Amino acid sequence: MIAIVDYNTGNLRSVKNALERLGCEYVLTDDPKVLLAAEKVIMPGVGNAADAMANLEAKGLVDVIKSIRRPVLGICVGMQIMCRDSEEGNAKCLGIFDSHVRRFPEDPEAKVPHMGWNSISNLDGKLFKGMAGGCHVYFVHSYYPELCPDTIATCRHGKKMFSAALKYENFYGTQFHPEKSGDVGEQILRNFIAL
Amino acid sequence: MVAKRIIPCLDVKDGQVVKGINFLGLKEVGDAVEMGVKYSREGADELVYLDISATHEGRHTFAELVERIAAGINIPFTVGGGISTMDDAARLLDAGADKISVNSAAIKDPTLIDRIAGKYGSQFIVCAIDAKCIDGTWFASTHGGRNMTDKELYSWAKEAQDRGAGEILFTSMDHDGTKNGYACDAYAKLSEILTIPVIASGGAGSIAHIEEVLTVGKADAALAASIFHYGEIAIPDLKKSLSEAGVPMRLK
Repeated sequence: MIAIVDYNTGNLRSVKNALERLGCEYVLTDDPKVLLAAEKVIMPGVGNAADAMANLEAKGLVDVIKSIRRPVLGICVGMQIMCRDSEEGNAKCLGIFDSHVRRFPEDPEAKVPHMGWNSISNLDGKLFKGMAGGCHVYFVHSYYPELCPDTIATCRHGKKMFSAALKYENFYGTQFHPEKSGDVGEQILRNFIAL
Repeated sequence: MVAKRIIPCLDVKDGQVVKGINFLGLKEVGDAVEMGVKYSREGADELVYLDISATHEGRHTFAELVERIAAGINIPFTVGGGISTMDDAARLLDAGADKISVNSAAIKDPTLIDRIAGKYGSQFIVCAIDAKCIDGTWFASTHGGRNMTDKELYSWAKEAQDRGAGEILFTSMDHDGTKNGYACDAYAKLSEILTIPVIASGGAGSIAHIEEVLTVGKADAALAASIFHYGEIAIPDLKKSLSEAGVPMRLK
């Protein structure tokens, strides 16, 4: 059973739909017992990182998430709040990934938000099993996690190279949306489920 | 580098995809979900579904359809047509739409853009503008081109961006349905004055037209309907050809 973290962070339907297309059973929950017992945990997230952290704190889930030992996948803002901190709302985050989340700088060649299909490179590890660098995935974001020792995929937007995916122990995160990234995204979700 | 996007547009009436010529003369072409799945498999980067139903029942059918689309396809999609309230936006978000496009209602009350962007983020709202060039000036229209307004295209697009729109979808009504190419000069100018992505719509008749609007016209995405619906251009061929011409593309 896959648990999707329910912390009032907006639309979870696309993640649920993606899991249904893959034939996976899932439960939407904010119950610490269910999250700790789940085989896999997915933490989606849209909107503002500071709000997402505040919601997680209000639900009393900060320490719960950190103590999960099964594979956890943060998506977009769900991944950003697993970093040390975010410039968005000056949020102090979970500190799982050794990365800081910054706003994209002004760059005439790189529109913000970074929205659309971009290629990812330097793919490392089981999350990208069977995939080649240069494949395209779907991004929608104005803030990005910096490159760090936990980086397992990179992406370039204008002059800025950033972490497209991160991994630390059992924790994974993607800045892009695998649930909206066509066949490539489905492969990444399958790889995560197979961990 | 962000790939340029190819976006099939599906006009939907009572659950069926239809295509008009110059906003008139509708013709049914297929099931909305089936066509979306087919296009996503062929490599479409995004889909736009526009509800052209005029009735309350039609609107209800559309919201149900959006749920089926969201369940069936694995790429982003935008829905539009008749969205005029925060309730409309909420209903379509709940149904699973990635973005919504506003058009006539935003011209009537531009604060609709501020409100939707403020609540759901700029990534959720596309400002669609249907415009016609009159004596050298582009003016926006409402209600599928039936009513002209005094809103000038470039200043309205800039205002929409400043109010929080995440993208501009500009359809040239002078070009729509003609298959003679896009209004490239207007897109190039829009791209220069805006910082948000510009989607070009209206006039696609060949691969060369699409290449032109994505290069000379500087558009971030090209939207087309009939050339895809009637199989005149296959998406894999189009993307391969654009990629070979140096246009950044996502290839399957």
